[in-house]
Amino acid sequence: MPHANQPTGDVSRALVDLNPPELAKFQQLEAACEYFDQSDEALIQILHRAQELFGYLRDDVIRFLADRLRMPLSRVFGVVTFYSFFSTVPKGRYIIMVCTGTACYVRGADKVLEAFQKELGIAVGQTTVDGMFSLTTARCIGACGLAPVAMIGDDVHSALTPDKVKQVLQDYR
Amino acid sequence: MTPAELSAWRDRARQAMAFRNAPGKAAGPLPDGTEKELLICAGGACISSGEPSVEDALVRALAKAGLDDRMRIVPTGCMGACSLGPLVRVLPDDVLYVNLAPEDATAIVEEHLVGGTPVERLLYRPEEGADPIPHPADMPFFAQQEKIVLSNCGLMSAERIDEYVGRDGYQALAKALTQMTPEMVIEEMTASGLRGRGGAGFPAGRKWQMLADAPGDEKYCICNADEGDPGAFMDRSVLEGDPHRIVEAMTLAAYATGARKGYVYVRAEYPLAIRRLQLAIQEARQGGLLGRDILGSGLTFGIEIRVGAGAFVCGEETALMASVLGQRGQPQPRPPYPTQSGLYGQPTMINNVETLANVPPIVLRGSDWFTGIGTEGSPGTKVFALAGKVNLTGLVEVPMGTRLRDLVETIGGGVPDGLAFKAAQTGGPSGGCIPAAHLDIALDFDSLQAVGSIMGSGGLIVMDETSCMVDVARFFMDFCVEESCGKCPPCRVGTREMHGLLTSICEGTATDETIGQLESLAEVVQSSSLCGLGMTAPNPVLSTLRHFRDEYEAHVTDRTCPAGVCRNLLTFTIDYDLCRGCRLCQRHCPTDTIFRINGEKKYRIEQAGCIHCGTCYEVCPFGAVKRE
Repeated sequence: MPHANQPTGDVSRALVDLNPPELAKFQQLEAACEYFDQSDEALIQILHRAQELFGYLRDDVIRFLADRLRMPLSRVFGVVTFYSFFSTVPKGRYIIMVCTGTACYVRGADKVLEAFQKELGIAVGQTTVDGMFSLTTARCIGACGLAPVAMIGDDVHSALTPDKVKQVLQDYR
Repeated sequence: MTPAELSAWRDRARQAMAFRNAPGKAAGPLPDGTEKELLICAGGACISSGEPSVEDALVRALAKAGLDDRMRIVPTGCMGACSLGPLVRVLPDDVLYVNLAPEDATAIVEEHLVGGTPVERLLYRPEEGADPIPHPADMPFFAQQEKIVLSNCGLMSAERIDEYVGRDGYQALAKALTQMTPEMVIEEMTASGLRGRGGAGFPAGRKWQMLADAPGDEKYCICNADEGDPGAFMDRSVLEGDPHRIVEAMTLAAYATGARKGYVYVRAEYPLAIRRLQLAIQEARQGGLLGRDILGSGLTFGIEIRVGAGAFVCGEETALMASVLGQRGQPQPRPPYPTQSGLYGQPTMINNVETLANVPPIVLRGSDWFTGIGTEGSPGTKVFALAGKVNLTGLVEVPMGTRLRDLVETIGGGVPDGLAFKAAQTGGPSGGCIPAAHLDIALDFDSLQAVGSIMGSGGLIVMDETSCMVDVARFFMDFCVEESCGKCPPCRVGTREMHGLLTSICEGTATDETIGQLESLAEVVQSSSLCGLGMTAPNPVLSTLRHFRDEYEAHVTDRTCPAGVCRNLLTFTIDYDLCRGCRLCQRHCPTDTIFRINGEKKYRIEQAGCIHCGTCYEVCPFGAVKRE
């Protein structure tokens, strides 16, 4: 077993077998590591970039980063699993984030969330079979004046009611 | 850049800002020939309400009317009246249009800008049929406010340093660097009595003094922009609407305390704030206001942004520092305090966004001016995020000591749908509920603490009689269970147990001992948790128990939920006289437990099969289904 703090090179060799678009993503991730001088302090910032590139934090991506940043795999996993923004499972094309913050809660977010679950046939944390939607909740997205709200991708949908949910989803299907 | 050059720059920029520096007072075209400015609110809430398409429509309408060289559209930071968005404010007339749709653009251009008459149907009306109010200064929502922190938000573009300079931006820094010693800056801060706006209310001047007194050359200052309290969005609005203010404030802090490097820790949920802050840092660097030899004074200071990744506990100082260094955001015992041993074991000071936003005005206008606002123990203003069951929601800034009643009834326009005010929740998951009996309470640090709540970061959620206070307490406990970092057992296990007890009360399985168990467990968690998250997690429970104990008892003893929220405790029945026999309830009932009364065109609910889902109550067009 090589020492965890030394880059093993195994991961780099494995990259040779990748198809071109995958390789390009790894190269961009490599560039992000270099931008931050391979500093372990930048781990969270680099993980953000990795998730942007790959959609979620795959096993091989996490291994690649542990190798590049010369830190134990356990440390990278520890950080990935601590923060709710990072995901180790694939996400749908659109991520639906139903805000369950206090203002939204007082204005009926629970019923809106229920409507999304019913309409999509999935529970919170799941992705639809067609890979279109993932359903998550957020603690507060800071749009309290428009409560209850949900984000689909980058769009914020405000003053939602259970009735509006179906119509809102229609625009993305 | 020298201070003299900055002054000259300010004078030039001011001319272009003439309309905005005196709304409704300045007249005549601006030096570049602009006759009117259309400020469009590009705050987070207005963008969600359709600001981009309204802006596009205005651009097209102006071009069509051939006015685009004489009238200018300025996207600004948050104007505050979120529920009235998208908003457009026309200057120098100072007319505010509310709830706009893209179709309204032509009317504004043709009737107002060309024809000279404001479009009456697009103006704000306090209620339907009431006279419209064209000027923001005449609207109760704005008239009662006093803006220090938000004085630039809504009046300037956040993406142009020129506009910040034209609003006296970086003048406080120039004043400090040329006329004040670092000691004098700290003295001014201490004399101002400014208290930390992040929650605890620690005197900011004292914190600055502690960092300045700490030994060594390697010191850091951090801006805490990990605004995690659900219901609070003032830090987001400041960063999105006035990012240079934070750059200037941190540079002032660096000068006063000797910090050589600054970090802004922003949550990942605020991408626009991150982008605008990045731009501001870049502009300040290019303008010689950040970096080496700032304003020719020899001061060197740099700021880096660190993006969080979704963990409430990272708002806690020691957890935040761990996260800045790319680690799991778990807190450390204090002492040592960050000003003794923080980032890399070096002295570090952490200030909240709103606290820092107060710094440039205090340095520029003096502590005497600042202490003249607010109360003796809590000088200055406070920004509140007014939300929940209130007619006008948004971001409001009022002097400390303003009565809760004024905030809810005058500024917020009261509770909608004719319902009664029940409570206001302040301080998020660490705070408490203020009942109607205390509606006249003064909003300042000490008064709120006296009734068992806290100022917190300034989220203020209004609740009406349809909110169940036990369910509210459970909601916050659910939050704490999810967000507990898991390091110390009182918080990790205690919050989960409290959540279980609250659930049993809501579901009708509690015993006579449950409330007592909840109280004693709350005290244990409060006194033995490692960090602020755990220590304050029981607050929502303790404060609702204090003010709404009868509601808890009704759940346990009578097995009823007075607010009609806890479904397991509700009984649904059909009023014989009101039932018209339409069968709507029977068709919707998921458990087929609604039956026709023999020989009659009336229906009844068989209680044994009822799962209390409330569907019949919601679908009945005649209000015949009763919920008790």
